[in-house]
Amino acid sequence: MFDFFFQLHPVIQGTAKGLAVILVIFPFAGACSLAERKVSAWMQGRPGPNRAIVPWIAWVPFLGKFLQRLGVFHLMADGAKFLFKEEPLPGHVNKLYFVLAPVVAMMPAFTTVAVVPFGAYFDPAGRLIPLALANVDVGLLAVFAVSSLGVYSLILAGWASNSKYPFLGGVRASAQLISYELSMTLSVLPVFLWINAPGQPGTMSLVKAVEFQSGAGLHWSGVWFGFLMPLSALIFLVSLYAETNRHPFDMAESESDLVGGFHTEYGAFKWSLFFVAEYSHMIIGSGVFTLLFLGGWNPLPGLPLATVAGWLGLAGTPLLVALLSLAVFLGKIVFLLFLFMWVRWTVPRFRYDQVMKLGWQKLLPLSIANLVFYALGIAFLERG
Amino acid sequence: MAQILFYLFAAFTIASAAGVVANKNAVNAAMCLLLSLVGVAGLFVQLDAYLLAFLLLLVYAGAVVALFLFIVMLLDTKSRASASFKKLPMFASLVAFGLLLAGLGTFVTRGQLESRPLHAVPALGANLKLYAYQLFTTYLLPVQVIGFLLLIAMLGVIVLSKKYDGPEDA
Amino acid sequence: MAVIPLVRPTLTLLERTYLPQIASGLKTTLKHIFSPNVTLEYPEQRPAIPPGYRGVPTLVMDPNGREKCVSCQLCEFVCPPKAIRITPGEIPADAPTGHVEKAPQAFDIDMLRCIYCGLCQEVCPEEAIFLQNQYSMSGYTRAEMVNHKDRLYELGGTLPDSHHKWDKKLAAEKSGPAH
Ligand code: SF4
Ligand code: SF4
Repeated sequence: MFDFFFQLHPVIQGTAKGLAVILVIFPFAGACSLAERKVSAWMQGRPGPNRAIVPWIAWVPFLGKFLQRLGVFHLMADGAKFLFKEEPLPGHVNKLYFVLAPVVAMMPAFTTVAVVPFGAYFDPAGRLIPLALANVDVGLLAVFAVSSLGVYSLILAGWASNSKYPFLGGVRASAQLISYELSMTLSVLPVFLWINAPGQPGTMSLVKAVEFQSGAGLHWSGVWFGFLMPLSALIFLVSLYAETNRHPFDMAESESDLVGGFHTEYGAFKWSLFFVAEYSHMIIGSGVFTLLFLGGWNPLPGLPLATVAGWLGLAGTPLLVALLSLAVFLGKIVFLLFLFMWVRWTVPRFRYDQVMKLGWQKLLPLSIANLVFYALGIAFLERG
Repeated sequence: MAQILFYLFAAFTIASAAGVVANKNAVNAAMCLLLSLVGVAGLFVQLDAYLLAFLLLLVYAGAVVALFLFIVMLLDTKSRASASFKKLPMFASLVAFGLLLAGLGTFVTRGQLESRPLHAVPALGANLKLYAYQLFTTYLLPVQVIGFLLLIAMLGVIVLSKKYDGPEDA
Repeated sequence: MAVIPLVRPTLTLLERTYLPQIASGLKTTLKHIFSPNVTLEYPEQRPAIPPGYRGVPTLVMDPNGREKCVSCQLCEFVCPPKAIRITPGEIPADAPTGHVEKAPQAFDIDMLRCIYCGLCQEVCPEEAIFLQNQYSMSGYTRAEMVNHKDRLYELGGTLPDSHHKWDKKLAAEKSGPAH
């Protein structure tokens, strides 16, 4: 069905994929920002944004009102506002880096999407074909490597603003990101120790991680890694919150002591790019967490995609299977995003020394111990 | 195509490396270093050594240069007048440059490197397993030595940065 | 001074991980998601004004439709931010309320200055000025934010009056000297 696509020139294919990423991530991130406001409102006993309405949709009797109450049009209003607002460029900033920083913020966010598989289908031979823009063998490493470049946007924004609060925000952010990268990387190692059985070529592929959670029935191969390695999952999740600068780790922004942190001097579209980048990071982080610890596109533990597709009689139509897997995967991501927001509006922000202490004195030793434990455990299992 | 890409990336890498040396502003220099690392990673990708490329990005671009920037910004080098070159360091660097050139020259003219066809070269950086295997067998000694070096450096930092609780402080 | 030794509770290992606390916090916020909203949607829904509320100061009439203010200017003098400006005027002697003698010719309250302290209401000997339920004042210009006399009466309306002081005075005058 999509054969014509693969016959196009590689450059055109690449451009199409890139456009697709932008077209999906931008609205998704925007929707996240709206969801954030709605969720926070509900938690605080407010209705949240519920005013904006497009006239000709207001005429639709029931639906129009419902959509208005849901606040979906605020999304469009916000987007339009950010596009048409005046772009302030303060006089005291370093122009080049000031403009560069939001762009740099977007780049890792958009690049990592390419290697995250977001669904799968089965070819006629029954083999699993992942849906990903670039299915590379070093998948997870690529995500880590590219997303670690995200720290430059914060540093540059903080430094180029040439003003105290943004600078403090930038410095805090960079120290925090580097600190938590360690625990994050160490926490996923047990998963790959598990996957890379001796005698096979080593892999860091995310698809492989999902395949190892796709066993059917009451068998340990169907158990998601989140249950098999709860500590790893926990450490990864906490580090993920720290890496995405989300509450309770939003040291970079921390508006109560740093005005707005690294983006204090920003406004209009450049600011909204930072915003979108934060949500894109959340989306990708949730995606990776889902793939590693929540079974990827498998609907339930012990109930893999293949079984469910078989029950629904979709086995013959790859497109429907792909859609099903996509829906499952997106559902999990949405839940994780909700968790992000849920935690944000529940847990108060840490102090900076607490953040550092947690990162270096708690999470790092814990993740090392965790790694040693699983290394020994897996070695023992394979021996026995 | 591959040829053009190689030259593109190589030129990019060298240009930004030159930028590191030439830039007076330390932040600009650090950013140039970052770009040059990205260029090297691009070269690795062309060699199908994805693993090395991403490791380079992860460790050097993602953490080391970020720390450089961090320090540069904290020290705020702007206020200090940039020092002009002194005689001795200039001389030393010239000697080092000469040595490097000589080394490279001998490498090119009398090197024992037979240029094997590309597919015959074992791509040790391409595969996680091969890479790890090499690290723990052939290159075990260098890895250990470097590990010790890092350990010593770390201990040194800890000793230096620890407050001196001697009689002067009391 | 009594010293109360504070015994800090020793936390269990589980409590020190901070996780049960976060979980219970998450439970609380989740409960709030499903509980009804506590906010008013303002322009459509208006809050119930409690008795004794001090809103915008207004001038009131007595049940007979007579303006109560006699332009004694006490409120003007007492008003801390000097929000009130009164131009006293006379009531012609042949008017039905001629015996009251005075009424304001102009009465302006600058709502950009008023601090809603209620002193004007406190000081008024005629119970003519009240801070009532009106709580929202808005306008596009400074001039719009000054309440003139007619606007003040429009906002104030009529309040019940149990004294009918001037009627009594008129009656007393008519019936000759009381002493
Ligand atoms: S409102 Fe009361 S205090 Fe003010 S001038 Fe009139 S009678 Fe006097
Ligand atoms: S409420 Fe206070 S400030 Fe306002 S007019 Fe009366 S005396 Fe003046």
